[in-house]
Amino acid sequence: MERRFITRLGDGSAVALTRSALRAELEEGTQAAAARAKLPPLETPELEHLLDIFASAARFSAVDIGDEVVLSFDGSGTPQQGSRVNALLQYEQCLAADSCELYHSDYSYKAVKTVVGVEQQAMKEARERLTIPVHYGAQPDLGRYSAPDGPCGNWAELLPQMRIDDARAAQEEAVELAVEDMVYVATALWEAGADGLNFDTAGAGGDADFLATLLAVERLRAAHPGMGILVGMSGELVLGTHGQLEYRGTRLAGLRPAAQLEVVQQAGATVFGPAVNVNTSRTVAWNVARALTLMKPCMAVARIPVHANAGMGVGGVPMNAFAPVDAVSRCSRACVDILRLDGL
Amino acid sequence: MPVAHAVASGMNGLRAAGDLVARLEMARGMKLAEAKVYVAEKLGAGVADLADPLVMHEVRGELRLGRVFEAETTYPHDPSPQEAKRNIAALLDLRINGAGT
Repeated sequence: MERRFITRLGDGSAVALTRSALRAELEEGTQAAAARAKLPPLETPELEHLLDIFASAARFSAVDIGDEVVLSFDGSGTPQQGSRVNALLQYEQCLAADSCELYHSDYSYKAVKTVVGVEQQAMKEARERLTIPVHYGAQPDLGRYSAPDGPCGNWAELLPQMRIDDARAAQEEAVELAVEDMVYVATALWEAGADGLNFDTAGAGGDADFLATLLAVERLRAAHPGMGILVGMSGELVLGTHGQLEYRGTRLAGLRPAAQLEVVQQAGATVFGPAVNVNTSRTVAWNVARALTLMKPCMAVARIPVHANAGMGVGGVPMNAFAPVDAVSRCSRACVDILRLDGL
Repeated sequence: MPVAHAVASGMNGLRAAGDLVARLEMARGMKLAEAKVYVAEKLGAGVADLADPLVMHEVRGELRLGRVFEAETTYPHDPSPQEAKRNIAALLDLRINGAGT
């Protein structure tokens, strides 16, 4: 009888699979991505290496010594660590973080604008107490600009009414407002001593959300040549909630990770974070193979560092706030070993 | 989650030279392999040493780049974070925002 290995589903729950079953999961995962995105599947040696990572009883898995990569974080710290800046210091002194991120619990540039002075003061304190790079992060969060939370029409209501032109006009108006808010907040945090800015889950609201991010990055790069600018995506496909928006001649709707990276590079970011969402009903092995297949084309076109998103529910990591280390470490190692990327 | 990633694949941050490589990636958009070579040359160390906490602890102390401390190993004469960042900026020929460089 073939030996079974404890592995995980995409929701983090444990399942026991044989090596043969894990091989099938990996092959199905890469084929699913290849078919959906019209990409080549992972090659046989890559799948064999992934199989060795997953068909193991070890509680933890890690890259080879010498293959370590830079870690960047969104939202560093939890309430149990005390103040936000104390949490960052613990990331530096106790958790071996290569960099960290100051953030507000209402993780949206629009929300932060109203308390930006408080955030500047916290950044000032962080820069005085930490040696590792501290960036500030929030989400572009375009939906906040639609009624009833914002001044623009609600395209989620207009689209089902077939008021396409009104929905598009509302999004275009929201883009203008969001760009101004992101530039305002980013500039304020840069003046307070941030090492960089993170635009997290870019494109979560669709192609207009992504366009707003790119336009904000473009303006910040022009104003601050030395600013670190990280753009982390929200998913493996930019949704066409507008459908006609372009950035420098590239239509944004429907972009996959490698094409997302190309426009992010053009805008002037210094780090790109591809994100591939997890299917919670499939295994981590299936999800990792799918994610790597979708992210792999990034490496051929990247002129800037690529930091794969490998947090809760992305990059194969289970969609659970308390993801088990056996799954997280395997995802971490798999991304580095297969993609040879610059960070996570 | 951050602990699992740090142990599985991270460069050990201030325990080694992860923050220095991170600075070049973030500020200059330098790719990992190039950034590792750049930092190693500036430190007078090998690329293989960059994530080694024992080697980097000594190097960071000598160059006054800031380092971690513990109850048994305190460094009251080590530089403040701001001073350490000015030393890092000079070493890497890199402007660090907010550090007076």
